[in-house]
Parts: sequence; structure tokens; C-alpha cells
Amino acid sequence: MTELNEYKGVMIYGEHAHGKIEPVTFELIAKGRQLAKTLGVETIAVVIGNNIDEMANELIYRGADRVIKASFDKLDHFISTSYSNIMAGIIEKYKPEIILAGSTTTGRALFPRVAVKVRTGLTADCTELEIDEKDRKLLQTRPAAGGTIMATIVCPNTRPQMATVRHKVFKEAERDENRKGTIEIFEVNSGMIDAVTVFKQFVKDETQTINLTEADIIVSGGRGLKCPEHFKLIEELANVMGGAVGASRPVIDEGWLPYSHQVGQTGKTVSAKIYVAIGISGAIQHLAGMKSSDTIIAINKDPNAPIFQVADYCIVGDLFQIVPMLTKKLKKI
Amino acid sequence: MKIIVCIKQTPDTSEMKFDAESKTIIRDGVENIVNPFDLYAVEEALRIKQERPDTVITAITMGPPSAENVLREVMSMGVDDAILITDKAFAASDTLATSYTLATAIKKMGDYDLLMFGKQAIDGDTAQVGPGVAEFLNIPQITFIRKIVEITDTNITAQRAIEDGYEIIETTLPCVLTCIKELNEPRLPSLRGKMKAKKAEIPSWNAEFIGADTEQIGFKGSPTFVKKAFTPSIDKQNMVFSDEDPEKNIDMLIDALKSKKII
Ligand SMILES: Cc1cc2nc3c(=O)[nH]c(=O)nc-3n(C[C@H](O)[C@H](O)[C@H](O)COP(=O)(O)OP(=O)(O)OC[C@H]3O[C@@H](n4cnc5c(N)ncnc54)[C@H](O)[C@@H]3O)c2cc1C
Ligand SMILES: Nc1ncnc2c1ncn2[C@@H]1O[C@H](COP(=O)(O)O)[C@@H](O)[C@H]1O
Repeated sequence: MTELNEYKGVMIYGEHAHGKIEPVTFELIAKGRQLAKTLGVETIAVVIGNNIDEMANELIYRGADRVIKASFDKLDHFISTSYSNIMAGIIEKYKPEIILAGSTTTGRALFPRVAVKVRTGLTADCTELEIDEKDRKLLQTRPAAGGTIMATIVCPNTRPQMATVRHKVFKEAERDENRKGTIEIFEVNSGMIDAVTVFKQFVKDETQTINLTEADIIVSGGRGLKCPEHFKLIEELANVMGGAVGASRPVIDEGWLPYSHQVGQTGKTVSAKIYVAIGISGAIQHLAGMKSSDTIIAINKDPNAPIFQVADYCIVGDLFQIVPMLTKKLKKI
Repeated sequence: MKIIVCIKQTPDTSEMKFDAESKTIIRDGVENIVNPFDLYAVEEALRIKQERPDTVITAITMGPPSAENVLREVMSMGVDDAILITDKAFAASDTLATSYTLATAIKKMGDYDLLMFGKQAIDGDTAQVGPGVAEFLNIPQITFIRKIVEITDTNITAQRAIEDGYEIIETTLPCVLTCIKELNEPRLPSLRGKMKAKKAEIPSWNAEFIGADTEQIGFKGSPTFVKKAFTPSIDKQNMVFSDEDPEKNIDMLIDALKSKKII
């Protein structure tokens, strides 16, 4: 058995979609470098796919010391089985101490399989990462039970220590085209490719002009809006602010908006720079999906609404009076 | 077709209230329920059975003896039979040990075509057990399904929700599916179903019976553990604008946002 101290380096999974590295990867490189510095080790990025040369360079520009590139012509699309075979091979060869991936639909489909292959722990959806300087262990803190509790998880006896990490909790690493690093090739063979699972098509969600999970500004409406026609108020404010439209669950359940707009435990987890909650009470399940936003503005007529507990700015009053007026005033700025 | 649905007993987190004063969670009177996401898996299995009447649906759960209740609940919706996987030795399992235990029990059950899971459990919120079981059984998976496009005797095609839309994936049976809310609307239990569920014999299988390796279950088989748990502190220095005049409130808000350079 390999000794724990033979595992070295912080590895970042380079997630990509539609030919581009996803921003969460750059956030993880920034955080990964910080952890690597504390540990005195390298930051290594991995990219798996087809036609990925440019992405490998991009990972260097963003701060990876080394990039492991695994390309193969049958890897045009993400298939969890093939990717997990390759990822497990990479772990066996490079023995990283820590692996970080985004807690996205990709990260969450891929890494549970990888964890089983290499028989190590995986902590889901972390929002804080720290090194315990006493014993070099990774302290992985995450919300559970819809955000009602926070737990710090450790993985003491197996390596790598693996975590999926929520997007937008760490700042993106800056890009510097002068940065140098090495790119190494990991040989993929056809035995690693899943021969039975086929990607057939991608269908874009056309109702969302701005991807909610990536949006910096989100204006969300809840049951307080009373009926679908009133959602116009939310859309107009979102337009003026240059933001995306979100909603609480009843809005989706009533069919006022499609599911892709739902924020919360059962919907999307967002981490916006500005999140405006209008006519939303702030049930735990809704808070779970938006609490980590930088600035929260809440508009509600009930001064005791729980949303006010997490809001930075609270307007107590009738949304039907406030929202149109706010939209008008912001338009002038 | 043989379908196995994995369901979990979870506390009803919507009943949990937060006490702002003591900054703690009030769990008193919080009931155990079927993990809400698992109901989408159950419902979808029932819909497949409507299309293919030769289908047999078995629900399984790993949990304490009291978890039998959630098995009866899904039986009252129309699930054919259920197995409780219970043993003190399973206590303190993390997602790896849970996946191992469920996979070992599933192997013991014999042949199957579809393994259905909820997207995630609302207590742990990990979404790791479904893919973990798939890997232990060495079968393909389609996660976060929002629609089943087609099932044949050998293949399945489904829409898999991703951040900016969905992808259409086809794979072979047997396979693991994890289900999201968009998939369907779970039915309520019928009276006849309730009667049947009440009388049903639910076998319990322990670690020895399923032939589990004692090194891979419970605390021993769990590489991760919780070092510390705490309630998140809500220490927002919030500004409240509650003037009678809405316009004043808006002006104060805009001024505050400007002075903080937020806008
Ligand atoms: C397992 C589970 C998962 C869930 N997942 C989610 C999830 O992902 N996302 C989610 O949002 N919910 C989720 N929920 C539901 C959640 O518990 C709440 O029911 C929901 O968030 C409430 O939505 P709301 O705030 O829009 O509606 P309400 O709770 O009805 O609140 C409406 C608010 O609008 C205010 N209001 C009314 N009229 C006006 C007016 N004229 N001007 C100003 N304010 C006004 C009221 O004071 C009130 O606070 C989940 C529940 C469960 C059990
Ligand atoms: N103890 C368990 N028994 C049966 N199924 C489970 C158990 N834990 C998790 N699952 C299944 O795995 C899914 C994902 O759970 P989790 O990975 O814990 O978020 C759940 O929706 C269930 O379908």
C-alpha cells in the first residue's frame, strides 16, 4: 500500500463546456494555489477531452504549475464512465494529495465514481477549505440539511482528499499569458472509453438569457407577486439591473416560470454579487440556494419575514408600490 | 422489467425552524419522511410500470429499523415490494460506505434493469450515493434526469439536466438514474395501496446476510468523518428601511448602495 506521504500536490479538475474552461475551475486554481503554498507543493490542473490544447494553455495562464492533458478522439462530450476511468488513471500515476472539482452537474456525476474507484473520501459542495497546519489535513467545510448546519469534514486515512466545491465562493485566478508551466500528456487508451453510453444532443435552455448559476446580479420573485402577470415587475427590474430572473419554489410549482429559474435546495444554488428577493419569505430551503450571495436586498411587507435575517438591505413595504418606483429610479442612474 | 428504487428516510427539513435569538435549529417535532427527491424516482418507476405491466418495482433503504415506515409509504403509492437493509454495523456510514452497502445488497437481489435514485438526500445534500452505487456495480449512469425519452428491452435514452440546458444521453441497461423534480409530480398513496402496504411483509437484511465485507461498512468503511458541526452564524449588519413613504425607503436604499459602491 502506498504511504500517505507519497501523495503530493493539489490537483484541480479542469471542467469545460462548449469548448471553454468553466469559470469555477479558475476559482479552484486560485484557492488551490493558496492551499499548495501552505503545503509547499505544486498546483496541477487536469483537462480531459478532445481538442483541448488551448484549454491546457489557459490553465497555465491562470496559474497551474503543471497541466496533465488527457485527450482522445472519442472524448468530445462528457461521459461520466469514460472520464472517471481516465481520472482514476491520472490519480494512480500522479498521486495528488488533494483534488478539487466544481460541485456542478459534471463534478457531481464524475467524482463519486472516482472516489469509489480509488476508495477514498469525497466531500460534496464545500464552501470553505483550509489546511490544518498541525497535520497537513484538508479541512472541508460545507452546508448540509439545506444550509441549516455547517460541517467540517476530514479524510484522515486515505488519499487523495477530494472535494467538490461550490462555484463563486472563491475569486477567479487572474490571467497572465506570460506565465510558464509544463504540459504533460496522459495516454488514454480505448479500454478507458465507455463503449455503450452515447451523447446524442445538447439542448440549450432558451428561457434563461443569463445563466442563473453564473449571474452576478439576480432578481428573484416569490409568492408575494400573487400571479404570473405581475412577474413583469421582476423582469423589468432585472433588465434595468442587467441581471437574471430567479424565483422561489411556489412560483415554479404554480407554473408561472420554468424550473430552470428556481433558486434553492431543490433548484439552483447561486452566489450572486447582488441578490434581490422580492415577495419571498425566506424559508430555509430558499436560503440554502442564495445565502452565500455578497449583497442581499429583500423587499417584503412582513417585517418579521425570515429573509430579513440574511439580507443586508431590507425594505419593509408593499412590493407593488416599491418595485416599479425602484426600477424607474435605477433607470435614471 | 425489474426496477429497484433506493429511498432514504430523512428528517423533514422544511419543518426545521431557525431560532434567531439562540441561533440554533429547532428540531422538536420534526418528522421523518421519504426523502422528497426519492418520490420522483418512485413515481417514474410507477409510470414505467404503467407502460410495461410486467414490471416489478422493489424499494430498498439502508437505515435503522424505523426506516421501515418509509418503505411502507412508497408501497402505498404502488411499489410492489420492499427490503430493509439494517444493521448496527452500518451506523456512521459516509457516502462511500453507503454506496458499497446498497450495491452489495443489490447484487444479492439478483438481476435488475434500472436502479433509480433521488438526485440527493435533503439531509446530507451530497448527490453522491447514486453514482457511487453505479461504480460499485460497474454499470453506466444518467444523473439528474428530467425526462425519460425512451426505454427498450436493452437501452434507455433520457434528458440529463445541466447548468445551461439539458443533454440527451443513451445507454444500455442495467443502469443507474438519479431523478430531479422536473421529471414528474409524485402521486399520493391510494387507500387500497395503504391497506396493502400495512399488511406487507418487509424482510430485513443485515450485513452478514448480504455478505458485506466488515472493513467496507459503517465507521470503518467510511474514509470521511465529521470533525465539527455548527450552526451557520447569521451576522449580517443589516440596514432596515421601513418608512411610511416608500419613496423615502427607495432613496435610502439607493444612497446606501451607492456609498458602498455596490451600484
Ligand atoms: C424538500 C423541500 C425542498 C424545497 N426546496 C425549495 C427550493 O429549492 N426553493 C424554494 O424557494 N423553496 C423550496 N421549498 C419551499 C419552501 O419551504 C417555501 O415553501 C418557499 O420557499 C416559499 O416561497 P415564497 O417565499 O415565495 O412564498 P411564501 O412563503 O408564501 O412567502 C411570500 C412572501 O411574500 C410577502 N408578500 C406578500 N405580498 C406582498 C406584497 N404585496 N409586498 C411585499 N411582500 C409581500 C409575504 O410577506 C411573504 O413573506 C422546499 C420545500 C421542501 C419541503
Ligand atoms: N441509506 C440509504 N438507503 C437507500 N438509499 C439511499 C440512502 N442514502 C442515499 N440513498 C439514495 O441516494 C440518493 C442520493 O443521496 P445522497 O448521496 O446522500 O445525497 C438518495 O436520493 C437516495 O435515492
